[in-house]
Amino acid sequence: MTKNLVVIGAGMASGRMLEHLFDTQPGAWNVTLFNAEPRGNYNRLMLSPVLSGDKTYAEIVTHDTDWYEGHGVTCRFGEKVERIDRAARIVHGENGPVPYDRLVIATGSNPFMIPLPGHDLPGVIPYRDLEDTERMMGLGAKPGAKAIVIGGGLLGLEAAAGMAARGVDVTVIHVMGHLMERQLDEAAGYLLKKALEAKGITVLTSANSKEIMGTDGHVSGLLLDDGTELPCDLLVMAVGIRPNVALAKEAGLAVGRGIHVDDAMITSDEHILALGECVEHQGAIFGLVAPLYDQAKVAADTLGDTPAIFTPKEVATKLKVTGCDLFSAGDFAEGDGRDDIVFRDPARGIYKRLVLEGERLIGAVMYGDTADGAWFHGLIKDKTDVSDMRDTLIFGPAFQGGAQSDPLAAVAALPADAEICGCNGVCKSTIVDAIKGGATSLTDVRAQTKASASCGTCTGLVEQVMALSLGDAFEVQTVKPMCPCTPLTHMDVRRLIKSRGLKSMAAVMQECGWETSCGCASCRPALNYYLLCDWPGEYQDDDQSRFVNERMHSNIQKDGTYSVVPRMWGGITSAAELRAIADAADKYNVQTVKVTGGQRIDLLGVKKQDLPDIWADLNAAGMVSGQAYAKGLRTVKTCVGTDHCRFGTQDSTGLGIRMEKALWGSWTPAKVKMAVSGCPRNCSESTCKDVGVICVDSGYVLHIGGAAGLHIQGTVVMCTVKTEDEVLEYTAAVLQLYREEAAYLERMYKWLDNVGLDHIVARVVTDADSRKALADRFYYAQQFMQQDPWAERTKPAFRNLWQPLADLTLEAAE
Amino acid sequence: MTNWTDIGALEDIPERGARVVKTHIGCVAVFRTIDNEVFAIDDACPHKGGPLSEGIVHGRSVTCPLHNMVLRLDTGLAQGADTGAVNTYPIRVEGGRILLDTAKLRRAQVA
Ligand SMILES: Cc1cc2nc3c(=O)[nH]c(=O)nc-3n(C[C@H](O)[C@H](O)[C@H](O)COP(=O)(O)OP(=O)(O)OC[C@H]3O[C@@H](n4cnc5c(N)ncnc54)[C@H](O)[C@@H]3O)c2cc1C
Ligand code: SF4
Ligand code: FES
Repeated sequence: MTKNLVVIGAGMASGRMLEHLFDTQPGAWNVTLFNAEPRGNYNRLMLSPVLSGDKTYAEIVTHDTDWYEGHGVTCRFGEKVERIDRAARIVHGENGPVPYDRLVIATGSNPFMIPLPGHDLPGVIPYRDLEDTERMMGLGAKPGAKAIVIGGGLLGLEAAAGMAARGVDVTVIHVMGHLMERQLDEAAGYLLKKALEAKGITVLTSANSKEIMGTDGHVSGLLLDDGTELPCDLLVMAVGIRPNVALAKEAGLAVGRGIHVDDAMITSDEHILALGECVEHQGAIFGLVAPLYDQAKVAADTLGDTPAIFTPKEVATKLKVTGCDLFSAGDFAEGDGRDDIVFRDPARGIYKRLVLEGERLIGAVMYGDTADGAWFHGLIKDKTDVSDMRDTLIFGPAFQGGAQSDPLAAVAALPADAEICGCNGVCKSTIVDAIKGGATSLTDVRAQTKASASCGTCTGLVEQVMALSLGDAFEVQTVKPMCPCTPLTHMDVRRLIKSRGLKSMAAVMQECGWETSCGCASCRPALNYYLLCDWPGEYQDDDQSRFVNERMHSNIQKDGTYSVVPRMWGGITSAAELRAIADAADKYNVQTVKVTGGQRIDLLGVKKQDLPDIWADLNAAGMVSGQAYAKGLRTVKTCVGTDHCRFGTQDSTGLGIRMEKALWGSWTPAKVKMAVSGCPRNCSESTCKDVGVICVDSGYVLHIGGAAGLHIQGTVVMCTVKTEDEVLEYTAAVLQLYREEAAYLERMYKWLDNVGLDHIVARVVTDADSRKALADRFYYAQQFMQQDPWAERTKPAFRNLWQPLADLTLEAAE
Repeated sequence: MTNWTDIGALEDIPERGARVVKTHIGCVAVFRTIDNEVFAIDDACPHKGGPLSEGIVHGRSVTCPLHNMVLRLDTGLAQGADTGAVNTYPIRVEGGRILLDTAKLRRAQVA
């Protein structure tokens, strides 16, 4: 006797289940199929190609009317099921009831809509079904139409790319720091962003939406947290899905995040099965079709009383956007006993990362060249022992078998026309010829062939070719790489940041072939500085890449407390300031109050959680951070000069104050100390400062490159100028030159040693245009730099970071 | 026994950053990595007690802010030439909330 099977939801999961059912148990079931959408099963994945115009809806229909008729399915499309009566085993549709012997719930999921103000305005849509797709397609017909997509995940990006392909001006708003953060690491996210931008899509990461704006009852724009207003005609929210469990829950089935099912896809009621995105299996919920197809097979077997078990598998993701080749599978977080193999080819925009645990491959991320994706996915799924091919694994299946273990032998084996330098298209024979022609050093080869002269990532290869050709005569140059993450030197990296226009840390790491996924404690602060210096106003300072003192805007002491030093311009203070400092010292139990060598007052032993309060108090008395922790301008020490001293030749105090007010706030490669003395008696020790001024009757002698720390180093004279204004211009210029040219953590005297005084004099003193340009760049950057870090960090949004996340000592100890 | 205690939202910790949780056995540093994983270890470096929560986080490691010892967040072990270890504590993220197993706080021993 045929039994009654009712299926709720004609989606991808139930569709596949019905196919299995009719194959294995023909004629066994009398099927009624409900679907809220006014149509049968179509390939939801392919909505994106429909949106972009690469396919039509007719091409993506999976089951047409003939198919349903042929299998005797009673279709109730466009009809929602309202209620399940489990006791009577009846399903109530909008148009009437149907009794069942077995019931299958396959209601999929609901798009999550962030409840922002205005989220219910017409023109705010999710991306889930054909109707949504048609809304977006309709926008393409309107000239100058603008769309906003909230959510930079798989769906959001496919929506954005599809609309962009129809000529719509699209902006993607993503709350995280890089796109598709669930599937991609930062480097791959960066490449993806670049590719989308090349399609004319604007991508805003780390962007928080605040409010959806409407005009005449229709969406008209989006307001971001930072006050940016973006106009739009349509707003698509693609920020995630929630299993659609309403019916099941109301019927009293066991429901967590999804409808609970066992390994046979049976719910807490033995007559009812569930499958697809609406279920929860062993705590997991689903968002991709591959596991749903496995569920479909298990559910069909269960209905036929054949024992079957659903086992979740690793799933792989591919983005269906033309020109963005991207693949990710498995688990790619770093971990103990886990090893990363990273391959980057900056010239071709390729990035691959494999994650190994023991002998097994457990994760893979690829961008740009995903040809081997399926092979890697297979290795992950099958838990293949990859130890034998480990060294060449990342080059894919084509490379296995004839592995070259000796790198030199591998280079020797390369044919003469093998490309060594991708950027400049230099092949092996060109380099060999240059060497035969007399080149003996890397510099020679670079100059003659341009090999490794652009991005520099092939330097190692070029050196290997040289070692092969020159034999013992060649000594690999011992230039010190920046850190173990890269073979490039600080100077290489700085040059590339400028010449390639790299404006984010992810960009630098990708284009320069970083060998780690997110750098280390020595390269990150350096990169942060270089980017900040080279792209003022564009690059966002990254607090997490700063050493603690700069992140906390205070010096950490050995007991974990902090010291607080307010600025005292030119070493001048007042009774009111001293009173405020004394009050703060009392109020926050400051252990030690110390007068520093830089002519100001240090409050030592402040607790971390008190920092914002003590800063706010000092701010209120008109004081700002002295940045006594910063790789930046510390102090300008002065003497009393003509104001009070009988030897004074100029107003050294006034000039010191002017200098400090003009120069504070700027970040420099290492700390910078300055001083102004009123006469050559040099009471403020100008000749051991990074920049020192000595006043004389005829003007000002400018000294640079002194230091009095581990090394004691006297200054050298750069030049003599006549006016205070000139002092300021020359000082700004030399500081800027230092900022642009020195390696991170290199004090000014070291830089002076490296580049030579002549170079500095030529750029700052002799060439007035160059000096002016340097000073202009310095002051341009100052508009972004001169913000009191205390004032910013006492704002409520920041304050929390100084407090413990939670205090569990308050809980009753059992 | 396990006792998962909600100590805050994932967003409360900056990416590649840390916050501390005060407990009766001292401060525990809770880290968030670039891959949005969360780890809990003692907030005191085995070298001279430096506050690890203030270090730079890279991959699954943190560099101590005082003298640059590098410690693994998942095992608590010092890396490279250094030796030493800190306690690690069970922690997980559920629906954007961070849960710390407070039952393990007192039993933990240096591995
Ligand atoms: C644009 C887009 C692109 C995607 N791309 C990919 C991809 O590249 N790779 C991948 O693996 N996955 C992709 N997915 C996800 C994939 O489509 C889903 O995982 C899959 O469709 C889920 O299948 P399902 O049967 O569980 O639910 P669905 O296919 O959503 O079917 C559920 C059906 O149930 C109906 N329904 C709900 N409630 C009721 C009710 N009360 N009464 C009657 N009917 C009801 C709904 O109308 C719907 O038709 C994509 C999804 C979208 C939207
Ligand atoms: S440097 Fe000259 S002007 Fe200044 S205090 Fe000393 S003696 Fe007086
Ligand atoms: S206290 Fe951590 S390295 Fe010294």
